[in-house]
Amino acid sequence: MAIGLGHYLILSAVLFSIGLYGALAKRNAIVILMSIELMLNAVNIALVAFSRYIVPVLLTGQVFTIFVMVVAAAEAAVGLAIIISIYRYRETIDVTKINLMKW
Amino acid sequence: MGISIAFWVLAIVGVVAALAVVLLRDVFRSALSLVLCFLAVAGIYITLSADFLAVVQILIYVGAISVLIILAVMLTREIQRGSPSNRLQIPALIVALIFLGGVVFAVLNTPWAVSSAPPLEPTTSTLAGLLFGGGGFILPVEIAPLLLLAAVLGAIALVREK
Repeated sequence: MAIGLGHYLILSAVLFSIGLYGALAKRNAIVILMSIELMLNAVNIALVAFSRYIVPVLLTGQVFTIFVMVVAAAEAAVGLAIIISIYRYRETIDVTKINLMKW
Repeated sequence: MGISIAFWVLAIVGVVAALAVVLLRDVFRSALSLVLCFLAVAGIYITLSADFLAVVQILIYVGAISVLIILAVMLTREIQRGSPSNRLQIPALIVALIFLGGVVFAVLNTPWAVSSAPPLEPTTSTLAGLLFGGGGFILPVEIAPLLLLAAVLGAIALVREK
């Protein structure tokens, strides 16, 4: 059976769902950040698959993927800096205990 | 045929590594499985004949972001406590499964206008033309360094000792 667009989209959906579960169900802030990176990678797979199968010569999806990677790199740097800063003041990165702004 | 085998192997490795990221209790091991998942995604890009993106994926994700994450894991001594789930575990599982079902249903029931043209190879010069040529994506390319500069300055300002 030949591999088609549907295979890649379903793989992307599976990876996104795993990342969604991790982002919603985990306590450790670093694991939540890792799950968000998983979700961004799943979206990138979907974009590249659309670019390969729908418009094979335009490569627009690959350009979008490059911008998603830029934003993901910036997000990882700032997110980890926030986590380390919180850890320095509160000695924990358990997101159920970081509830200073919760009403 | 070779593409099919490569796709199935990479897909299984990627999904198993992603499951290990969210299911393992040891944070350091889940960071290492995240690296494996990034490598599998780079292989998936190669099967989609996106050679430039595969190299960029290995350089940025496997090279830089994973080092950042592992460094953060080591700086925060939460390794002993592991990564337990909060009390939203069951609702999160239900939400993820509903999302997966919805997307799979939509993918299988949409008539995609799949083009039969062969993919471009190599992609690098076309990507460069799109990113830096006229009428392409030159404005987002100009904005991206601003975002990166702001992110670097913000990260330095956040972790600086007072």
